Amino acid sequence: MNKKLADCVKNIYIALIFLFLYAPIATLMVLSFNKSKTRAKWGGFTFKWYAELFENEIILEALGNTLLIATLSALIATMIGTVACVAMNGMKKRSRAILLGITNIPMLNAEIVTGISLMLLFISMGLRFGLGTILLSHITFNIPYVILSIMPRMKQLNPSTYEAALDLGASHVTAFFKVVFPDLLPGILSGFLMAFTMSLDDFIITHFTKGAGVDTLSTKIYTEVKKGIKPEMYALSTLIFVTVLFLLLLVNMTPSRKKQS
Amino acid sequence: MTSEKSKWLSTPYVAWSIMFILIPLCMIFYYGLTDKSGAFTLENVAAIASAEHAKALWLSLLLSLISTLVCFLLAYPLAMILANLQVNQHSFIILIFILPMWMNFLLRTLAWQTLLEKNGVINSVLSFLHLPNINIINTPCAIVLGMVYNFLPFMVLPLYNALSKIDENVINASRDLGAGSIYTFFRITLPLSVPGIISGITMVFVPALTTFVISTILGGSKILLIGNVIEQEFTQASNWHLGSGLSIVLMIFIILNMITSAVFDKEGTGLI
Repeated sequence: MNKKLADCVKNIYIALIFLFLYAPIATLMVLSFNKSKTRAKWGGFTFKWYAELFENEIILEALGNTLLIATLSALIATMIGTVACVAMNGMKKRSRAILLGITNIPMLNAEIVTGISLMLLFISMGLRFGLGTILLSHITFNIPYVILSIMPRMKQLNPSTYEAALDLGASHVTAFFKVVFPDLLPGILSGFLMAFTMSLDDFIITHFTKGAGVDTLSTKIYTEVKKGIKPEMYALSTLIFVTVLFLLLLVNMTPSRKKQS
Repeated sequence: MTSEKSKWLSTPYVAWSIMFILIPLCMIFYYGLTDKSGAFTLENVAAIASAEHAKALWLSLLLSLISTLVCFLLAYPLAMILANLQVNQHSFIILIFILPMWMNFLLRTLAWQTLLEKNGVINSVLSFLHLPNINIINTPCAIVLGMVYNFLPFMVLPLYNALSKIDENVINASRDLGAGSIYTFFRITLPLSVPGIISGITMVFVPALTTFVISTILGGSKILLIGNVIEQEFTQASNWHLGSGLSIVLMIFIILNMITSAVFDKEGTGLI
């Protein structure tokens, strides 16, 4: 009886936390179907905002910028990060520790400080603020996530397999891509996904490194906060959320099915 | 791999990190320690002592400490419950906490406005149940709520990781040797989860201390945190020297936090 009560309390506690985490998301989804333009009032059910979303060029352009920057920065960061991990593996302990320490700086430092520091750099370099500067900043804060997800795999590698491939006549490049790379691949992929997500959700660093007239979804929303958010934005974020939920469920279902069979 | 080769391979990343991590940090120190004519000065850093800035810093410290504590108190029992569930649900649990991040965080924070407003969703429910209404929108309370909401996953995940790594046999052994569950918790479970606690605290405290978005959205425009002050110096007042000086002060607190975690987490198991 006592155990039953404890289980009951546990379940209620978990439910309350989930309510807390998902209540705002449910709110946004409901608002995307709200006929009334203000947040405060429920004016009836409508699909209007979903239709208007695809005609709103400003939002679509911001979405395009966001996806472009997330894809490019994640790709480039993954490439630089992978090469850096391979290089660090062959380094002396001391220089590797220093380089890993520097890698941690963007993760431990406050985003506002990172954003400001990059803004000052770009100004002193005389760069024109725009998509280019946003991309450079996103690559910079994405690389640590890539390195952190590849490094543990790197440590598990058996160096003899690489040497065996060389002994059997493979070139360095072939040996790397046939032997080392497949072992690193899960780390590389999760690093890429992490970098993509971080780039997609970033506001603060983009805020300081974007130019006038160039917007990602986050900065667009921030400028709309004071004027009032356009309901199309709720529709768009609902679509994104549902798509990701669907994809993640799909990915999560597949391996368990394999295990069963 | 020969060290010659690894030197050549590491060049792109070394160059990148010098260019985009180290030099920018030096720029903040350069701007923060000089005035507009380029002469050395400590004025920008000392400006933190002025009434307005000191008040913003004090409020930021207070609110971020409160939200870190609340996050910890909410997350620890949760992480314990989750860690005791079956092992094969590991990735699913992590997924549930990461999933909200796919909805833009500005919009999620904004949704709290709708929920908390005077005639908002929560108050409507409370009125329906004949309970007293809550009026916390545009107060520091709402900012703390926003911080706890946004950063709770960063506390839950490291705690969950640390707690699920604890060997069940150690806890059973303690029970077998006659310790009660409270004694076992304080002598076994809590000490073994210290690395998770430390990295959770770091991951909540730093973003909470430096935020300017949550205070803008949930605090009305009257409550200024240190992040708001710095942001305004850069985007509105265009006094980069003062903004950089205040950022240096902020970095001192971040470094203090890092040193504290390094002392407590000697094994270096922290950070995810």
